[in-house]
Amino acid sequence: MSNENKGVDAEIVRKIARLSRLHVDEDRLAPLADELNGILSWIEMLGEVDVKGVEPMTSAVAIDAPLRADVVTDGGVRDKVLANAPKTEAGYFVVPRSVE
Amino acid sequence: MFTAERVADKKDWLTGNDGEWEVIIGLEIHAQVASKSKLFSGAATEYGAEPNTQVSLVDAAMPGMLPVVNEFCIEQAVRTGLGINAKINLFSRFDRKNYFYPDLPQGYQISQFEFPIVGEGEIEIEPEGSEAVMVGIERLHLEQDAGKSIHDLSPNETYVDLNRSGVCLMEIVSKPDMRTPEEASAYVEKIRSIVRALGTCNGDMEKGNLRADVNVSVRRPGGPLGTRCELKNINSMRFIRQAINYEARRQIDIVEAGGEVDQETRLFDNAKGETRTMRSKEDAHDYRYFPDPDLLPTKITQEYVDAIKATLPELPDARRARFVEEYGIPVYDAGILTADKAKGDFYERLVKGHDAKIAANWMMGDLFGALNKKSIDLDDSPVNSDALGGLLDLIADKTISGKIAKGVFEKMFAGEGSADEIVERDGLKQVTDMGAIEKMVQDVIDANADQAAKVADNPRLIGFFVGQVMKASQGKANPQAVNEILKKKLGL
Amino acid sequence: MSDLTQLTLEAALAGLKSKDFSSVEITKAHIEACEKGAKLNAFITTDYDNALKSAEASDARLAKGEGGNLEGAPLGMKDLFCTENVRTTAGSKILGDFKPQYESTISAQMKSDGMVMLGKLNLDEFAMGSANETSHFGSVINPWKAEDGIDLVPGGSSGGSATAVAANMCLGATATDTGGSIRQPASFTGTTGIKPTYGRCSRWGVVAFASSLDQAGPITRTVKDAAIMLQSMAGYDVKDSTSLNVAVPDFAAACDNGVKGLRIGIPKEYTMDGMPAEIETLWQQGIKWLQDAGAEIVNVSLPHTKYALPAYYIVAPAEASSNLARYDGMRYGNRVDGENLYDTYERSRAEGFGEEVRRRIMIGTYVLSAGYYDAYYLQAQKVRTRIAEDFNAAWEKCDALLTPTCPSAAFAVGRKIDDPVTMYLNDIFTVTANLAGLPAMSVPVSLDKDGLPLGLQIIGRALDEETVFAASAALEKAANFTAKPKKWWA
Ligand SMILES: [Mg+2]
Ligand SMILES: [Zn+2]
Repeated sequence: MSNENKGVDAEIVRKIARLSRLHVDEDRLAPLADELNGILSWIEMLGEVDVKGVEPMTSAVAIDAPLRADVVTDGGVRDKVLANAPKTEAGYFVVPRSVE
Repeated sequence: MFTAERVADKKDWLTGNDGEWEVIIGLEIHAQVASKSKLFSGAATEYGAEPNTQVSLVDAAMPGMLPVVNEFCIEQAVRTGLGINAKINLFSRFDRKNYFYPDLPQGYQISQFEFPIVGEGEIEIEPEGSEAVMVGIERLHLEQDAGKSIHDLSPNETYVDLNRSGVCLMEIVSKPDMRTPEEASAYVEKIRSIVRALGTCNGDMEKGNLRADVNVSVRRPGGPLGTRCELKNINSMRFIRQAINYEARRQIDIVEAGGEVDQETRLFDNAKGETRTMRSKEDAHDYRYFPDPDLLPTKITQEYVDAIKATLPELPDARRARFVEEYGIPVYDAGILTADKAKGDFYERLVKGHDAKIAANWMMGDLFGALNKKSIDLDDSPVNSDALGGLLDLIADKTISGKIAKGVFEKMFAGEGSADEIVERDGLKQVTDMGAIEKMVQDVIDANADQAAKVADNPRLIGFFVGQVMKASQGKANPQAVNEILKKKLGL
Repeated sequence: MSDLTQLTLEAALAGLKSKDFSSVEITKAHIEACEKGAKLNAFITTDYDNALKSAEASDARLAKGEGGNLEGAPLGMKDLFCTENVRTTAGSKILGDFKPQYESTISAQMKSDGMVMLGKLNLDEFAMGSANETSHFGSVINPWKAEDGIDLVPGGSSGGSATAVAANMCLGATATDTGGSIRQPASFTGTTGIKPTYGRCSRWGVVAFASSLDQAGPITRTVKDAAIMLQSMAGYDVKDSTSLNVAVPDFAAACDNGVKGLRIGIPKEYTMDGMPAEIETLWQQGIKWLQDAGAEIVNVSLPHTKYALPAYYIVAPAEASSNLARYDGMRYGNRVDGENLYDTYERSRAEGFGEEVRRRIMIGTYVLSAGYYDAYYLQAQKVRTRIAEDFNAAWEKCDALLTPTCPSAAFAVGRKIDDPVTMYLNDIFTVTANLAGLPAMSVPVSLDKDGLPLGLQIIGRALDEETVFAASAALEKAANFTAKPKKWWA
C-alpha cells in the first residue's frame, strides 16, 4: 500500500476537512498535513501483512442480523424528539436555509 | 442482449443543428415499501401526519441510538426481486453512505452498496406505438428515506420534518436501456404495476410512494456514450417525459455549441418544464461507503426465497396473456384490464357468468368513463362488480336492451339502486309479448300507410318503422322482435 | 461506624442487606468523598439530590427484604451512557446541555437492580484518548502520585471512572472500552476492570465511538465486584442488533472456580521495545503465581500482534468519522451560526469538537475516501481477520492468555506529546481483544519502582468471561495487592 499513499498535502487536508464539515484555518492546513502523515506513515506497516484470500472482518460477532416484526411500536414522541433542539417552530426543527 | 448497444429507431432520433442524436436513458426508481413501520425503527409510516410525530429517537439520530432491521421490508424486497425476474442474493449487507444534510439526521444514509439484496433482472415494456423492449435491471437495494425540508415557511430558514426519515425504500436501478421518453414512462408504469400487483409498494406517485431519478445522456446514433446527468425525484409519468425531452435538447445544444456536458445532479422544475443544476460545484461527492457496523449481514435461505415465490400473485404480463387465452378478449383489452390488480380482479369477478367481451366493454367504456369523470378509484366505485353483473344479466336475458342499460347504469352510478330496482321502478322492462308488439307494429303501419307503400321499392325505409315502433314502446320493445314482425308485415 | 467508602461493593451490598447501615448513609459517605475529591475532576455532572432519593427508595425496598443485585449501592456512570434528563456530554463541548429523553439499556438495568447513581464521570472526549486529557471538562487527576508529587494522568478514556473508584468516591463505576479504555485506566489507578465479549452488553444508549469495537464494562476495586456489576450490565437487548442472545452466567460464582487444570497461554509477541524491565519481571511473576495456583503454562504465538494497533487506528477513526456526523448542531447540541448552512456545519463542528476528535474524524474520513478505501480500510479489516485467526489458533492450545495490561505506569499530566503515535502505543496490549471481540480483564498486581500501580491482563475466549474471572481472581489472590494511594486530595 505504500505505493498508494503519496502523502497528505494541504490540498488533501482541505478536501477531507470539507468532507468532514470541519472548519480549518488556512494556516493550519500544512501543519495538519504533517500530523496526518506522521500517523499514516506508521499505519503503512499494515501493507506488510499477507491478506491473500482473507475475508475482511466487519464485525466482532459472527451472527446474522436479527429481524424485528413490522409493528408500530414507536414514534408519537415529538416533545422528546424536539426537546434538545437549538430552534423549533410549529413542531419542526428550524435550521439554516439549505437552499439558495 | 445487452441493450446499451441498441440503437434507437430512426423515427426516435432527435435532429440537432448538425445531425441526428439519440437519447440514452436509465432510471433509478425509489419505491416505498408498504410497511407499517420504518426500516430500522418502530415509528409509523402513514402519510400526512403532523410534523415529527412519526419519529422515534432512532430516526432523529439521538446519541447512542441503534437500528434494527424490519423483517417485512426484507421480504418485500425479495418479492419484488422475484417479480422483476431478478437474482435474489442470499447474502446482503447494509452500508453507510456518508453526507451532510439537515434532513439526514445521522449524517449518513443506511443503504446497500456492495451487496444488494437483489441482483440483475429484466422486464419487458410496451411503449405506446412501438414494439416491446426488454429493459435490464441492474439491482434492487433497500435503503432509508431522508426527512423533508420545507423552505417556504420562513424566508431565511429551513423547517425540517423527520416523519419520512427512515421510511423503507426499494431502489430499483435499471440499465441504460431506454431510448425515448415514452420507453422511460412505460418502464416506470410497468414497475409500478408490478409492485402494486405484488403489494410491495402502494405506487401512489402523488404521495411520493414511487419516484424516479432519470439518468439522461445523448450520443450520435450508435456512437460512444455521452456524459450523463441525473434528474432527481420526478413524480409523474408526464414530468418524466417532459424532463427527458428538455434535458436531451439542452445537452444537444451544449455539445453542438462545442461545449461539454457536466456530470451533475439536476432538478426538474414542474412549473417551468426545465431542469436546473441542483448542487454547487464545491460540494465534493465522496460518500465514503462502508459496512454499517451497527448492523450485521442479512442472510436468507433458498427455502425462504422459495416460500415467498410460492405466494407470488400472478403478475400483469402473465395475467394479460391468460385473459386473452381464457376469455378470448383482444390483447388490447386484456392490457387495459390487467394494468393494475384492482382492474383485473374486478374483471374476473364480473366475467363469471357473463359474456367476456361484453363485460370488458362495459368496464372499459361506461364504468371507467364514469369513474374518470368523477376521479374515483375503482376500489371506491359506487357500482361494484356484483352490481354491474346484475345489469349484464338483465341485458343477457333481454329484460332490457343495451341502450336502456346505459341509462340504468348512470342511475346505478348515481346511487339510485340496483339494476333490478331501477328497471322495476322506472318500468323499463323490454316488451317481449309478441301480441303486444304485433299490435304496436300494426298501429304504426296503419298510421303511415303512404310510407308503407314505398317500402317495397325502398327497403331502407324499414329503419323509419323500427324507430316509430320503438318510440311508441318508449324503447321497451325488443328491437329484434320488432324487426322480424315488421319484415313479415311489410312483406320484405 | 467505620468509613463506608472503604468497603468493597460485595461487602457494601452485604451490609445493606443485613441493615448494618442504610443506603442513605453509605450514599452520604460517598457524596462527601466526591465533594472532597473535587480536585481530581472525576465527575462532569453530579446528581446528589436524585442519588439520595434513590437511596431512600432502596432503603424502603431493603426494609421489606426486597431489592436487586445492586440495591442501594452508590455507583458512578461514565458520561458516555445516556441518562434520562441528566445531562450527558461524552466529554465534549458539542453536546452542550444535552439532556437525553431516554435511558441507556445498561444504566436502566442497573437502576432497576437498585443502583444509586452519584453522577456522570469524566472521560476523554467521545472516549478518544489514553490519558483523559482530551475532555472538554478538563483532565482527570490520578489519585496515585510518585515521590516527586507531580500530577499523573489516570489513563483513558474511562479515567473519571477509574479515579472515582480508586479514590473511594464510589463503590464501582461503569466504563467503556474501544481499544483499552477500561483496562488501561484500571492499570494506571490500581483498580480492576473488565471489557466483556463484544455483544455481551448492549450498546443502546451509549454514545458511539467505534461501533464494531465499543463495549461497556465495570471498573471496581476487586474482581468479585466487577463480576457483580457486570451481572447487572450484561444481557441481550433486542434494540442492539450486535447484542448476543445468550444466557448471562453467574460471574461472581466463576470467581471462585480457581485455575487448577487451566491452560494459560503466554504470547511471546507481547513485549515491546523500550518497555520497562519491571513490566517484564511482573509478567514473569504473574506466570509463576498462576502456575503455583495450579494452572498449566503454555507458550503461544499471536504473530500479527504488532499490526493490531495500526489496524485499530484505521478502523476506529473510520467508524468514528461516520458516528460523529450526527453532531451537527441541527437537532441537539451546540450550534455556531455561520454565514450559511455549510458554514454553520463547519463552525459548529470545528468549535464543538476538540483537537484529538477532529484529528480522528479527519483520519477516518481520509481512509474511507475514494482511492484510499482499499489500501487502508479494507486492508485493516483483513488484518483484523488475521488477528482473530491468531487467537483462534491460540485457543487450540490454551484457555486464557496472560499479558501485561500496559507498556508503562501512569505518566505526568500535560506531558508534551508531539507525536500522537506515542500516545496511541498505550493501547498496544489491550487493542487486540477489541479487534477480536474477546473478553479481557486488568487486575492490579504490584507497584513499580516509583510506587505506581501496574496491572496484568487476562484475555479469554469469546463469551468465556467465567474463565477470565477465575484466572483474574486467582491472580488477585496471589498478588494480594492492598496498596492505596495517599489521600492527598482530601
Ligand atoms: Mg441513487
Ligand atoms: Zn436511493
